[in-house]
Amino acid sequence: MSKDAQKTPYSPPALEFKSSTFSVPVLVISSNDLIIIQQQLEAKIKLAPEFFKNSPLVLDVQELNKQNIEADVVAILEVVRKLGLLPIGIRGGNPEQNEKALGLGIPLHSIHTSTTTVDAKKTATPTPEPETKDLLQTGTTLITQPIRSGQRIYAAGDLIIVSQVSAGTEILAEGNIHVYGTLRGRALAGVQGNTEARIFCSDLQAELISIAGNYKISEDLNQEVRGKLIQIYLENRALVIKEI
Amino acid sequence: MARIIVVTSGKGGVGKTTTSAAIAMGLAKRGHKTAVIDFDVGLRNLDLIMGCERRVVYDFINVINGEASLNQALIKDKNCPQLHILAASQTRDKDALSQEGVGKVLEDLSKDFKYIVCDSPAGIERGAHLAMYFADDAFVVTNPEVSSVRDSDRMLGILSSKSRRAEENKEPIKEYLLLTRYSPERVKLGEMLSVDDVQEILSLHLLGVIPESKSVLNASNSGMPVILDEKSDAGQAYADIVARYLGENKPHRFIEDKKGFFGKLFGGK
Ligand SMILES: Nc1ncnc2c1ncn2[C@@H]1O[C@H](COP(=O)(O)OP(=O)(O)O)[C@@H](O)[C@H]1O
Ligand SMILES: [Mg+2]
Repeated sequence: MSKDAQKTPYSPPALEFKSSTFSVPVLVISSNDLIIIQQQLEAKIKLAPEFFKNSPLVLDVQELNKQNIEADVVAILEVVRKLGLLPIGIRGGNPEQNEKALGLGIPLHSIHTSTTTVDAKKTATPTPEPETKDLLQTGTTLITQPIRSGQRIYAAGDLIIVSQVSAGTEILAEGNIHVYGTLRGRALAGVQGNTEARIFCSDLQAELISIAGNYKISEDLNQEVRGKLIQIYLENRALVIKEI
Repeated sequence: MARIIVVTSGKGGVGKTTTSAAIAMGLAKRGHKTAVIDFDVGLRNLDLIMGCERRVVYDFINVINGEASLNQALIKDKNCPQLHILAASQTRDKDALSQEGVGKVLEDLSKDFKYIVCDSPAGIERGAHLAMYFADDAFVVTNPEVSSVRDSDRMLGILSSKSRRAEENKEPIKEYLLLTRYSPERVKLGEMLSVDDVQEILSLHLLGVIPESKSVLNASNSGMPVILDEKSDAGQAYADIVARYLGENKPHRFIEDKKGFFGKLFGGK
């Protein structure tokens, strides 16, 4: 029997790296007044206390820096923590702020990830997100299980779903969205403004579809495309729904 | 090792307790040692449906708190010696259920029983979460109406991510659809969703359809799970469900008065 674990040639792996995509609320700060920040944040949390309790959060100070407003990120992070949120990152900080954040063990995030505003009321009882696979590091997110009512998916790149998307869900992608199954929820592609983004699906019964902020609600959708393979894209700022 | 079944729905009043009692009895009558646990703390009624409410001395929470042993708390069913009931407490607070405590009780039961049926409370709060957390199989009880289907869909999302199996990266919980209180006449009138409507929305393996039936009320009034009423439609529907769950091939019934309809729907010849 070997006592030295390193010398055991057949020891099973004790760990493994997996890549997952998570959607995390981003708190965009536009004032450096700590009291105002605390008051307004408290008011938001009151709308959906369960959602915000121990919720991870990324602090975004890009706006402040754009307007050259000095801000003490350490103090802001403290306010955030005090209100029961768990900061897991900062973005848009200047070198000094970044260094301070890192000093607190808070990682830095690059700015081009996400900025959809979280609608507190809609996500008040968040359902845990299904596990997603990031195929090529922020390239494509692949999901093979059904997206069930109450779930929300955010993909930094393209989003491929090889299952159904139920009513009462929201799927968002900065790139294209593919749904190989019935799409009954809300699907928003190009959420960072990419007007070239498209939505592809094999059965369109969505509550809402949107590309780069141009949307249509289910009332406006033509029933004739149901059950057909279609693509949706923007042409002169208007949504076009076409059979493939 | 026992197989742990959670009977769940999200919504209340859809037939979870009726179903838990019936399938637990059905499994036990086929000779499998089965325990059925009421997770609905504060609102116990499984014991009423099972007709053992006068014999409850210790309950689930007594066992969790170490105030009674499992053997003291398990109530042997009067009709079937293979069936045991663990009642919920009427007087305790819901918070008395702890994940650790529930896990320990299920682990102890697993040594002795073949099936453990967990009757979940409504909602997506603590009790419901604990009832499903340790499950191997989930019976998702749904009524043929939009709100119930939506709640079941939501429940399925939670099942797939907030269970022990999900957390330990094991094979996911097996999910089955039980469509209850089904009335073909009302479907025909457009007042209810049809089986295939529900199937299309949930895309879930259909274990069976239980018709809306007076026999359910009669059974609960007499404290006998409806599956013991072998002449009743609901009793037969539950017996079919138990058989299918155990791997037998039974054609679906009680979906329409006319035969042939179902074959057309599900690709049968
Ligand atoms: N198949 C059925 N036909 C008629 N009534 C039913 C049927 N299933 C359940 N019920 C009735 O519906 C009510 C709720 O049932 P119950 O099993 O207690 O639901 P839950 O446990 O989901 O709250 C009870 O009054 C029960 O008798
Ligand atoms: Mg009940």
